[in-house]
Amino acid sequence: MSASNGANPSPHADTANVSLPHDRDRIDALQSALMEAVERAGYPKPSRFAIKLAFEEALMNAFHHGHQGMDDDLEVRVEYEVDPSIVIIRVEDQGPGFNPDKVPDPTLDENLALPSGRGIMLMRAYMTEVAHNASGNRVELRYVRPED
Amino acid sequence: MAADSRLRVKSIEGVTQVEFIDRNILDEANIQAIGDEISELIEQADTPNLLLSFSNVDHLSSAALGALITINNKVKAKGGALRLANIDPQIYEVFMITRLNKLFEIHETTDDALKAFA
Repeated sequence: MSASNGANPSPHADTANVSLPHDRDRIDALQSALMEAVERAGYPKPSRFAIKLAFEEALMNAFHHGHQGMDDDLEVRVEYEVDPSIVIIRVEDQGPGFNPDKVPDPTLDENLALPSGRGIMLMRAYMTEVAHNASGNRVELRYVRPED
Repeated sequence: MAADSRLRVKSIEGVTQVEFIDRNILDEANIQAIGDEISELIEQADTPNLLLSFSNVDHLSSAALGALITINNKVKAKGGALRLANIDPQIYEVFMITRLNKLFEIHETTDDALKAFA
């Protein structure tokens, strides 16, 4: 791991730790709070675009794939830490988990016309680091502020 | 079109031009509503020529990309054509990362796209 990837938030980071129901108004409220924290921390527009996209993808993966076939009332645990040097987002669902490496590559010609399977690749493209726990029901996104 | 439509729709010389009203095309309910509205437009046309303008759109998610692919499949199934235009550079990058710029015919402006239908 590079030194920059190992950056840790300061004790003064803007943080949240909530259990989120599958309710768009609640998701939007948390997303707005996160994006306001990211803006306060001085991240430029491309960073804000990346963080908003990855946050959305992580949440939708948790609710739609993580909890697939399960009770829609199940909540997802979301934590974030926003610091001027790094943003960390953790999303944990209550499902059995999955192996992210088994998701077919959506950029292959034969998969281009498939309507799903792009969430993980977008998170990986836009975040500095995307790590799943061993059971695959928890993802940690790390976004290290780019050099000016 | 429903009173709470999320689209501005007009027909110009046999091309149905659709402009998204929302700045964010992220959540599933929104995407479902947009997909349903556009599917209705496709069903109404014998040979759908559809132009989607993204001029107001700041953010979209992989679920929105999925809906666009479904729309593309429906248009193709009826022998029509789908073109996209006015895509913000940051969003165009999403199309490039996913290689969907190879699947969709994307034009810089609606005028360019309209000319390509001619």
